[in-house]
Amino acid sequence: MNKTNEKGMSLIVKTITRLTVGIMLLYGIYIISHGHLTPGGGFAGGVIIALSFVNLMLAYGKEVTLKKLPKGVASFFEGMGAILFLGIALLGFTGGYFFFNFIAKGEPFRLFSAGIIPLFNIAISLKVGAGLFAIFISLVLLKIEAEKK
Amino acid sequence: MMQIYLLLGAMIVVAILAVELKDLLSSIVALGAVGLLLCIAFITLKAPDVAITQLVVEILCLIILIRATLKRDLPFSTTGRWFLNTLIAVIFISVFLLVAAKCLKDLPQFGYPIMRVAGTYLKEGMTKTGAANIVSSIELDYRAYDTLGEATVLFATVIGILAIVRKSGVKKEGEEDSEENE
Repeated sequence: MNKTNEKGMSLIVKTITRLTVGIMLLYGIYIISHGHLTPGGGFAGGVIIALSFVNLMLAYGKEVTLKKLPKGVASFFEGMGAILFLGIALLGFTGGYFFFNFIAKGEPFRLFSAGIIPLFNIAISLKVGAGLFAIFISLVLLKIEAEKK
Repeated sequence: MMQIYLLLGAMIVVAILAVELKDLLSSIVALGAVGLLLCIAFITLKAPDVAITQLVVEILCLIILIRATLKRDLPFSTTGRWFLNTLIAVIFISVFLLVAAKCLKDLPQFGYPIMRVAGTYLKEGMTKTGAANIVSSIELDYRAYDTLGEATVLFATVIGILAIVRKSGVKKEGEEDSEENE
């Protein structure tokens, strides 16, 4: 069971995963980009994006997934999300104070509204998605190492 | 209110199952049932934001648990000071319940809190921040410092896990893992 897992699961699982991974990724992006309009937001959307990559990893094994999203890229995105969040918050000093909403708020219920809130959602989603995926990779690699011993 | 109590009862039963089951996979599945019931409870209480987050995080945690802990023998000894352990647990639970019963009496009634701060948010939230989702406007505008702290906690967690894993991984695998772990 475990050795077949590392090289990937059966053909049925692989086919279904290939068809659904893109939809999961799109759903995560939808949740993030509409976070200021509908339920959801940066955290939930980021976890959904991480789950799509985790799904890929469970079905195809670690080599294929790490080729699509290497560990270095994941940690880069994680740091990028944190810097983006802090940077936007610091830019608020142009209008007065930390976390000042300095972009025009626009009309409610439109996609481009609410000033900096959608940008914060994007930053948090980058951070959460990349961070949780990095945690998953590390734990799986640790387990594989432990089994080799 | 009735369905909330039903859900709570079912959650308690499944949680006891999760503790008592001998098989690790069955125990993790029972734990997943607790999370799912909690998600339904959040939906019943009209909190879809929390429900989505609960469901998604539950799934991820279960996958990590199954992938990372299954087939590893966890040492858990029930022999030895059985009587003393049970006594301490019972004393702790009874003290906790007594204190909780005393504290919970002073809380405002369920669903009717004192809306001094929240009332202002509800009234002015949409016009001041421009976000239609009131939860989003509170957690990213009014209470953005909370979100910053939460992001910091997650960052520290990821760094800690990567550091711990790297220590055991580097010596065996050699060069390629050590550079990627940075």
